[in-house]
Amino acid sequence: MSNLALHSYLALLLVGFLPSEVWRWLGVLLGRSLDEDSEIVLWVRAVATALVAGVVARIVLFPPGGLADVPLGVRLGAITCGLIGFFVLKRSPFAGLIVGEAALVAGALFVGR
Amino acid sequence: MSTPLQPGPSQSSARAFLSGVVAAWTSVFSLVLAGSYIGIGALAHDFGFSIGWMTASTLLVWAAPAQVILVSTLGAGAAFVEVALAIALSAVRLLPMVVALLPLLKTERTRQRSLILPAHLTAISMWVESLRLLPRIPRENRIAYCNGIGLGFMAIACIAGVIGYLLAGRLPLPLAATLLFLTPMAFLVSVIRNSRLMVDRLAFGIGFAVGPLMMWGKVGLALMWTGLIGGSVAYAVSRLYARRKGRPS
Repeated sequence: MSNLALHSYLALLLVGFLPSEVWRWLGVLLGRSLDEDSEIVLWVRAVATALVAGVVARIVLFPPGGLADVPLGVRLGAITCGLIGFFVLKRSPFAGLIVGEAALVAGALFVGR
Repeated sequence: MSTPLQPGPSQSSARAFLSGVVAAWTSVFSLVLAGSYIGIGALAHDFGFSIGWMTASTLLVWAAPAQVILVSTLGAGAAFVEVALAIALSAVRLLPMVVALLPLLKTERTRQRSLILPAHLTAISMWVESLRLLPRIPRENRIAYCNGIGLGFMAIACIAGVIGYLLAGRLPLPLAATLLFLTPMAFLVSVIRNSRLMVDRLAFGIGFAVGPLMMWGKVGLALMWTGLIGGSVAYAVSRLYARRKGRPS
C-alpha cells in the first residue's frame, strides 16, 4: 500500500470513524439516563438538522464533478420540483426523488440542446 | 395500524437475524439508501478516493451525511480539525437515536458488549425501521433482528456505493449529474419527512439559507457555523413560540 493510500485510510479512521462512532459509544454508556425529548437533545438535534441542510445546499450550489456541468438554474429548479412532488404525492420520498431526478434530466437535456 | 402488536413466538437467533435482513430489503429505505450511496460512490470517485476506501468508509462511518462531508471536505483538502469537527457535529444525532433504541433491545441479561454492534449499525434508516418493527419481535430475538436490519441496509449501501463509483467516470451527462443529484434530493425529502417537530423544520430551513451565505462569504468552518447558527436560532424560536402558546412545541 502506498504512503498516500495509507494516509487516506488513517484519515478515515481518525477524522471519519472516531468522531462519528464516539456518539454511538456515548449513547450506549448513557443508556437510560438521557431522555430523547430533553431540551439539550432537542437543541443538539436542531444543530445536526441545520448541518444536513447546509450539506444539501452545498452540493446543490457548489456541486462536485458532473453535476457542476448542469446550470445552477436547472439544479435549483429540479430541487424545487422534487420538493413539490414530495409534498403533493403523499409525502413519499420516492416521489420526491423521482420527480426531482426527472426534472434534472429534462432540464439538462433542454439546456444542452 | 390500530391492532395491538403481539410479539410472536420466539425463534432462533439466526432466523431472527434473517427476518431482519428481509425486513431491510423490503423496506422503502432500501431504495433511498441505494440512491444515496450510488451518489456517494460517484462523489468518492470524483474526489479521487479508491473503491476500497469508499467501502471502508461505509462500513466504519455508516452515516450518509457524515460520509458526504468526509468525502467532499477531505477530497477538497480541508484541515483535519475542520473535517473531524464537521463529522462529529453531523453525527451528534446518533447519540439520542442510540439512547432511544436501547430500551427496546435490552433484557435483564443483556451484556453491554452485545449492544455495541446495534449501536454501530444505528443510522436514520435502521433506526426508523427498528422502532417501527421491533415491538412485534419477541424481546430475546430483538438484538439479532435489529442487527439483521442494520447489516441488510449496510449490504445495500456497499453494493450501491460500488455501482455508483464504477458508473461515475463512464456516464455521459446528464446521467453522471443524475447520480450526484440523488444524494441531496434524497436527503432533502427524507429529512423533511422525518422532521415532525417545528424545531426540526425551522432548523432545516434556516440551515438551508445560512449555509450558502457562509460558503459565499468564505467563512472558516462554514458547515459547523451553519449547524450551530441554524440549529440554535431554530431552537430559540421554537422555545419562544412554545412559551407564547403556553405549551411545549
